[in-house]
Amino acid sequence: MHAKQVIPRAALAGGIGGLVAFGFARIFAEPLIQQAIDYEDGRDEAQDALAAAAGKPAAEMGPDIFSRTVQANVGIGVGMILAGVALGLLFAVVYTVVQSRVTWRPRVLALLVAGAGFLTLYATPFLKYPANPPAVGHEETIGDRSGLFLVMILGSVVFLVVAVIVGRRLAARVGTWNAALLGGLTYVVLSGVLMALLPSLGELAANVATYGPVATETPQPLRDAAGRIVFPGFDADLLYSFRVYSFAAQALMWGVLGLVFGALAERASGRTGDAVEAGAPAEAVDA
Amino acid sequence: MTTAGAAARARVTATTAASNMPYLIGSLVVGLLLFYFIGFDEGATSLFGNTMVVHEFVHDARHFLGFPCH
Repeated sequence: MHAKQVIPRAALAGGIGGLVAFGFARIFAEPLIQQAIDYEDGRDEAQDALAAAAGKPAAEMGPDIFSRTVQANVGIGVGMILAGVALGLLFAVVYTVVQSRVTWRPRVLALLVAGAGFLTLYATPFLKYPANPPAVGHEETIGDRSGLFLVMILGSVVFLVVAVIVGRRLAARVGTWNAALLGGLTYVVLSGVLMALLPSLGELAANVATYGPVATETPQPLRDAAGRIVFPGFDADLLYSFRVYSFAAQALMWGVLGLVFGALAERASGRTGDAVEAGAPAEAVDA
Repeated sequence: MTTAGAAARARVTATTAASNMPYLIGSLVVGLLLFYFIGFDEGATSLFGNTMVVHEFVHDARHFLGFPCH
């Protein structure tokens, strides 16, 4: 398929994936996001009370440009759908380049490319720097965190390209199965080394200076001058649920993108499931 | 597949690859820009002044998609 055919179909499939992920987010994630924001507000109040007791000024609040209703219904919808379109456009580039180098039928290749996107742009970076709800994450480290997250994304993409090259080189010598395993191992080892080298968020200089030695930016219990806890730490179950749903939403988005694009691509190239199922020899000629 | 067939196929592939190029570059640039605006703009870096409008509008999506936020 020419890029002219691939790109609009991939953008549409990505948009549909984003729409489905939005529906999922609206039902499952929004209640959690609201709980996290309520925690953040309560904690800010407790912190201001502590500051007032110590004779210090209250902390500055972030801007409230959009109401929570707009953010929770429109903003997240637009964000998820446009994110899906963006991922669809990136998917289209990889799909177009790869299609002439493999003999898989469109719907199989579409799912594999979508899986590669999920693995490199989300799942691998997530293992090192997982998704965080509001209240988790310090304002002053946003620059460091963005940079580290980008390094994980770029590293994952490069490592997967390396793994595929390694796999294809070895295929003739050790067979397809073993070559695929060795390619996978290459990806896991390279990603693991990068994760080990990069700092965890708690280790960032700004965090160590303010909060002491903790592993992450998840809020710890708030204590007064006497060391009594005046506000609890962030709810561990809430954090867990948010991350599971975030992971599921991305899997859903990429899955829908791959499946919808695969169906569109098969139709565009004039294939139907029945014809190919029955016609293995035709596939060989095609290859 | 015959050698002539393979050569013809390679020629077709090369021509297609060349005519694909402008579209692929466009798709890549627009895709990356969108990805940046949803995920990163008005966070660590800001392209059109730090108004926080983009950041605040897609705030929930940014958190839920796993991008760094606060």
